[in-house]
Amino acid sequence: MISFDNVSKSYPGGHKGLSNVSFHIEPGEMVFLTGHSGAGKSTLLKLIGLLERSSRGQVRVGGRNLTRLKKREIPYHRREVGMIFQDHRLLHDRTVFDNVAMPMIVAGLGHAETSRRVRAALDKVGLLRKEKAYPVTLSGGEQQRVGIARAVVSKPPVVLADEPTGNLDPELSREIIDLFGQFNQVGVTLLIATHDLELISRLNKRTLVLDQAQLSQDRPATS
Amino acid sequence: MILERRRKKSAKMSRRNRVQLHTWLARHLQVALSSLGRYVRAPLSSLMTTAVIGIAIALPTGLHLLLENIQELGGSWDGTATISLFLHQEASHEAAAGLARQLNLKPGITHVSLIDKNQALQEFQRLSGFADALEALGENPLPEVIVVEPASDRNTPEAARTLLTELQNMPLVALAQLDLQWVQRFHAITDIARRTVAVLASLLSLAVLLIVVNTIRLEIQNRHSEIEIIKLIGGTNAFIRRPFLYAGIWYGLFGGVLAWVLVTLAIGLLDSPVDKLAGLYNSAFVLSGPDFHTVVALIGGSTLLGLAGSWVAVGRHLHEIEPQ
Repeated sequence: MISFDNVSKSYPGGHKGLSNVSFHIEPGEMVFLTGHSGAGKSTLLKLIGLLERSSRGQVRVGGRNLTRLKKREIPYHRREVGMIFQDHRLLHDRTVFDNVAMPMIVAGLGHAETSRRVRAALDKVGLLRKEKAYPVTLSGGEQQRVGIARAVVSKPPVVLADEPTGNLDPELSREIIDLFGQFNQVGVTLLIATHDLELISRLNKRTLVLDQAQLSQDRPATS
Repeated sequence: MILERRRKKSAKMSRRNRVQLHTWLARHLQVALSSLGRYVRAPLSSLMTTAVIGIAIALPTGLHLLLENIQELGGSWDGTATISLFLHQEASHEAAAGLARQLNLKPGITHVSLIDKNQALQEFQRLSGFADALEALGENPLPEVIVVEPASDRNTPEAARTLLTELQNMPLVALAQLDLQWVQRFHAITDIARRTVAVLASLLSLAVLLIVVNTIRLEIQNRHSEIEIIKLIGGTNAFIRRPFLYAGIWYGLFGGVLAWVLVTLAIGLLDSPVDKLAGLYNSAFVLSGPDFHTVVALIGGSTLLGLAGSWVAVGRHLHEIEPQ
């Protein structure tokens, strides 16, 4: 589903974001990505979401070669990759419902379909009662769940999460990570960047470890 | 069988297309209305921008209308180059009538009319309000006047001028005046005025365009994070552009309507003094407001300017925003 083939990313000024990284993630896999801050976790996720382009090597997502993707094709690629951010990135002047509905509206889906799917996604993250609330009135954990509902509402085959539990207490973090486990069970490919080792041990999934822009370990799930 | 299936398939396709078109129209309507909602929610800044656009457009429109009115006033003289012959003061009415008859037979002249000086005096007394002053003069200060209308084949300025010289040299004639001259001057002046209005209109249209560009630019800056998020979840540039284009359309549309209102108000204010003035000149002239075509051109043009302005702003600033 996601494959990196000798991918490097260097920034102007010589800073290396990633250096010769290769791995392959099968459809339906759930993978953790870990490493200390600045090791290149965010860079790797950005290359998959095409927020940045690789300097060298090939990135493929769902059979699509991102290196060759034209600029105007980027939006259509991003519709197939749900992204979850540490800072949620919600629109604060819109209700929870409208926030979650954004990907559906952007994709031009009909009103009835949108309502149905948004309610289903909100139900899934346990926020159906808050659909009319504004993000600022929600707790950090709830805002993160709105972000998750938005990422999965259009049922993308791939979901990326960048430090999804970064600001949450352990109990909320567990809830969030269990939610990811449920998505994985219905076949979504997940790549979760985190430095929360407790979470990683809780779910026993394959883990990629980045160290100084290089892939230092690829630990399979222990059966 | 195959045909049947094909027909079913095409029926299904067209139904899907219809649904898509329906969704597309609904989305456009929704974006248009939400842009309108944004406009209404910030009434002060929206109204200020609209007012600037309205005034900028009202100014050349008003001048254009004024010019139209003046031209309409001058239109009745168009092409009829008449020559007025003011006879010597001592020329008698009989001599004048004789000259008029003589001129009537001349080739190249279609129509001759004699203005009797007594009749002219009476009319002047009645209309000018100088009755008492004229009475005090004792004798009629007005000369006999013969108005000559050249045949249409002699209506070129050169032919008219030749005729003018000939008439000027007649013994009874004190002054021959070609009315064409001042008609020409009038045309030359209105021509200059028209060009001035055109230049002014272009400059002010440019100003409107720049106002819209700047307003939309600020709006794009204000909604920076929203644009970023929409790009992150797969919004195309067309999708992101749309609300801003509608915002530009609303600014232009309301600015145009405001300009129309302003011009109509100005004409309403001028109406009665112009009536009075026209009355003094014994004219049935009425100031006419913008006709249907002018209003359509005014509001349509203003809306197009709004759209163009937002298009420029969006084209310049939208691609600068990329999600991090």
